[in-house]
Amino acid sequence: MASVLYTYASPQAFYPLAGRMIPWFAWAAAILALAGLYVGFFVAPTDATQGEAYRIIFLHVPAAWMSMFIYVVMAGWAGLGLVLNTRLSGMMASALAPTGAMFTFLALWSGALWGRPTWGTYWVWDARLTSELILLFLYLGFIALKEAIEDPRRADRASAVLALVGVVNIPIIYFSVQWWNTLHQGASVSFTAAPKMAATMLAGMLLMVFAAWMYSIAVSLARVRAIILERERDAAWVREAIA
Amino acid sequence: MLEAKALACERGGRRLFGGISIALEPGALVRVRGPNGSGKTSLLRILAGLTRPAEGEVRWRGAPIAELAEAYGAEMLFLGHAPGVKAELTAAENLAFALRLAGIAAGEREVREALARWGVGAQAGLPARVLSEGQRRRVALARLALASRVPLWLLDEPFAALDEDGVGLLRERLATHLAAGGMAVLTSHQEIALAARRVHTVALGA
Amino acid sequence: MLRGFTLTLARDMRLALRRKGDAANVLLFFVIVASLFPLGTGAEPGPLRAIGAGVVWVCALLASLLSLPRLFAADLADGTLEQMLVSAQPLGALVAGKIAAHWLTTGLPLALVAPLLGLQYGLPTDALAVLLASVLLGSPVLSLLGAAGAALTLGVRGAGVLAGILVLPLCVPALVFGAGAVAATLSALDPAPHLSLLGAFLAVSFVLGLWASCAALRVALD
Repeated sequence: MASVLYTYASPQAFYPLAGRMIPWFAWAAAILALAGLYVGFFVAPTDATQGEAYRIIFLHVPAAWMSMFIYVVMAGWAGLGLVLNTRLSGMMASALAPTGAMFTFLALWSGALWGRPTWGTYWVWDARLTSELILLFLYLGFIALKEAIEDPRRADRASAVLALVGVVNIPIIYFSVQWWNTLHQGASVSFTAAPKMAATMLAGMLLMVFAAWMYSIAVSLARVRAIILERERDAAWVREAIA
Repeated sequence: MLEAKALACERGGRRLFGGISIALEPGALVRVRGPNGSGKTSLLRILAGLTRPAEGEVRWRGAPIAELAEAYGAEMLFLGHAPGVKAELTAAENLAFALRLAGIAAGEREVREALARWGVGAQAGLPARVLSEGQRRRVALARLALASRVPLWLLDEPFAALDEDGVGLLRERLATHLAAGGMAVLTSHQEIALAARRVHTVALGA
Repeated sequence: MLRGFTLTLARDMRLALRRKGDAANVLLFFVIVASLFPLGTGAEPGPLRAIGAGVVWVCALLASLLSLPRLFAADLADGTLEQMLVSAQPLGALVAGKIAAHWLTTGLPLALVAPLLGLQYGLPTDALAVLLASVLLGSPVLSLLGAAGAALTLGVRGAGVLAGILVLPLCVPALVFGAGAVAATLSALDPAPHLSLLGAFLAVSFVLGLWASCAALRVALD
């Protein structure tokens, strides 16, 4: 069983497989994103209270969802690598981290741009925004630790430990920030008073969520291919592949 | 007792060695030889359970050492490059701590006797900071005097930084340990004659 | 199990006694940083009282972080850490002993000094008592998660700053519950729920920090 898994998880076997999968996911991402943006900008009605500014949720919500989801997937890969000692798992975790950090940043950025017309300020210490900010710190810590350790195998294992600590801690951080937010109310406006959604708004958002999914997979696969090449550059099959 | 099968070691993407098998029975000695950078220390660290081998596994009394954890630690004594001697603690405190870490029960008197046997008895109350390199090495090696009941000794370059007298002491101690049915694996690049019922040699980097 | 714990605890306490300066410096840093805030923010009693607990907490976080790089690095350099990993005692017990010694030499003094700094910020007596309790309960979290950060960055260049980047976000709940307890007292609310949550987080941190420290040490010495 373990050996079967090991062959599937061997970078050499995965490299061409990933190469074949990338175009499918990339095209799916492009088509879904175009459809989602069309629905979002031309079909969905103007919101009664927020006007046109609300349309940023077509970017903001998928980004926020992906940012949290990718961290969990990343920690899953990292944990798998730690337990089974498979090389590919650590590479997958490395490949996911920048995408996760990018979505986290995008969620914060779009949140700020949304906050300006809605609340009159770019930043409020809202519970969700604050948690998202801390999530960004966790991603950056993960990447920084990976970068700082020279030996890639050691870097994989050390950052896997960090990712697992992070994934256990994230719900607690989220809870604590909400707790803090209720204690210091007044300064913040809650996101939970979201506008009632029309069916087309929901459809546009879901399309964009799926597009973000496909994009994440395509980009992570492309990145993992690069990591495989870099780490296995001394292997004979890599020399043949790039010759 | 100690069995290593088809061990391989990679460091920084470079393969240091592969296909190393070792079987150690009571009274036997293994000498690991090879030029600098051939992986002698890495092999010893794999046998100690510090480093995970790229391939193969190490078993002690039939069980993988990774599963035994501290139970293996109680039956094995590892002495690495660094002597594990704290500069702020006295020689006696250092030895007492090292012994307890290794699970060897020893009173204050036995600690002083062991230090005396290794020629650092007069320095027992001095902080290790003021000791010479060779004296620190002796403080570290002094735990061997009380480690008769620990069957397996893994010694990395134990003769380094020792004077002639120290080399003699260590040879003698190793001989009695092996004669009493103990086992030892040691790395050294010097040629030092050692008395043992059976001596295996593992040559790396050939 | 207990033998391993007391072994490293006693040794690290003895080492700390022989270099008292280290622990004293951490404390001094804590006091200095906390005393700088009023110079930057102005000394009106109202705002000072409002930020007091938070400032003391953040300073405690930073001070305790500052003492982290030493935690395992010295033992790595002289080979003791290696001996701990091949020891007859369980690694978890040995590491727990070291963390306990770290708390006794940094966290506990920080907690005892915290009410004094609270006075500088004009906190009333009941709030000072809650501040003491919250730092007492919260500083072990910093030692536990900090140990994990120190172990993860062991032997890495720029370990000190990196450990901070890794550990500080994870300590957010301790900060929120700890400073929150004092804030609750100031607004005449019951601080008990905050302190209970802080205690619960301490329990989680104990498991998480100890596991991560041991796992990271094994990785670092591999």
